[in-house]
Amino acid sequence: MFRNQYDTDVTTWSPAGRLFQVEYAMEAVKQGSAAIGLRSKTHVVLGCVNKANSELSSHQKKIFKVDDHIGVAIAGLTADGRVLSRYMRNECINYSFTYESPLPVGRLVVQLADKAQVCTQRSWKRPYGVGLLVAGLDESGAHLYYNCPSGNYFEYQAFAIGSRSQAAKTYLERRFENFMDSSREDLIKDALMAIRETLQGETLKSSICTVAVVGVGEPFHILDQGTVQQMIDAFDIAGEREAPAPEPDEAEEQGAAEEQGVVAEPGDGADQGGATDEGVAPMDI
Amino acid sequence: MAKQHANWSPYDNNGGSCVAIAGADYCVIAADTRMSSGYNILTRDYSKTCKLADKAVLASSGFQADVKALQKQLAARHLIYQHQHNKQMSCPAMAQLLSNTLYYKRFFPYYAFNVLGGLDNEGKGCVFTYDAVGSYERVGYSSQGSGSTLIIPFLDNQLKSPSPLLLPAQDAVTPLSESEAVDLVKTCFASATERDIYTGDRLEIVILNADGIRREFMELRKD
Repeated sequence: MFRNQYDTDVTTWSPAGRLFQVEYAMEAVKQGSAAIGLRSKTHVVLGCVNKANSELSSHQKKIFKVDDHIGVAIAGLTADGRVLSRYMRNECINYSFTYESPLPVGRLVVQLADKAQVCTQRSWKRPYGVGLLVAGLDESGAHLYYNCPSGNYFEYQAFAIGSRSQAAKTYLERRFENFMDSSREDLIKDALMAIRETLQGETLKSSICTVAVVGVGEPFHILDQGTVQQMIDAFDIAGEREAPAPEPDEAEEQGAAEEQGVVAEPGDGADQGGATDEGVAPMDI
Repeated sequence: MAKQHANWSPYDNNGGSCVAIAGADYCVIAADTRMSSGYNILTRDYSKTCKLADKAVLASSGFQADVKALQKQLAARHLIYQHQHNKQMSCPAMAQLLSNTLYYKRFFPYYAFNVLGGLDNEGKGCVFTYDAVGSYERVGYSSQGSGSTLIIPFLDNQLKSPSPLLLPAQDAVTPLSESEAVDLVKTCFASATERDIYTGDRLEIVILNADGIRREFMELRKD
């Protein structure tokens, strides 16, 4: 679809003003297995689908604890995600060491975005092929951010990335207005339902998904399989199939870019719906 | 011309004493809470103990600014360890880390006299004692700080466990019960407070065992 003569180098612009290597990096994010995030006033929940390559292997770790108050879920090249998580952990440790206080989430995502941007402007580097959903709590409340390989970042009420994330986003868009006042349990339930949407008919069980929570008075931690399975059973959502409501594309873009008090980039809506928006540059602001 | 000497020192001694005693399945770490400078008392309420990991507690006397910096370093390194290994550091591992951290500043040392106490991988009490540049040894009990010269001979006598000075080295964990060890520590400090001007005010005792961590306090003479 994008085969052309301007896509060899990350430092080569196309005549239309696009950096194809960066866009290809964002494709890598769409190929990874799904990761979702949603937040209320006091809690942020991250969830992801964990599909092992074969029955013999273990599944890849996609959710990382960065600090007591920050965690991240990744989609795309998990190796790149691991390296970025290590960077984030280091930044948090250094900040707490110097200031004896937790690193504000907004600061961390800017540093992460700047780090990603560097790779879009050096001929000897390549962009990171991983999208990160950063969930965190700081003095200004609960936050969920999405960091792109392009170096852009956005704040969200709820979001999903990776393969079949559109199904999850559709579900989240229907419900996001209630999230701000949701209880912790309802938030986790919505996360599990959103994960289930990406499974397209497969039964939701705790062996194929991971859920993590951070909240007021609750340090970031990954829920253990037993707890998750109990919740799946309690909410009785294992095999139910919610009839997906058909949504027009425009409503999706607006819903996906909705967030609180931080300017949303309208172009962002396009980069998840890449398939439906031919010819629109994903990084357009 | 005789060698000129500095009219300023980067170090100060804030005084105080620390003790740790290892038991069969517990460890008691204690330190007084007086912080002094010269003949003045800066505060009567300063903790010299620091929980570095679930099973490792550090008590340090000496220059508290260096002690604080050392504690922060170790805490940060412990976080990194937890991220990499998905578990807390054991006390012997922390002991080695502390030694390496101290020696790293061999030529501008941390003016900190440390006693590390905790539970080893088998759940037995362990105590490690250090000098300012990282030389360390596992022992059954130890004391550091301004009152150590008064406390150590008393512990040598009371614990009836082989002193580290004996050869060959013997397992020095005391057969005393946890409450007996805590009482012994209280007695140590009550005595040291009498004769050491830098020790007094209040005693903080940290007890580590299989059930977790517990703190006790005792008032000491304030003169």
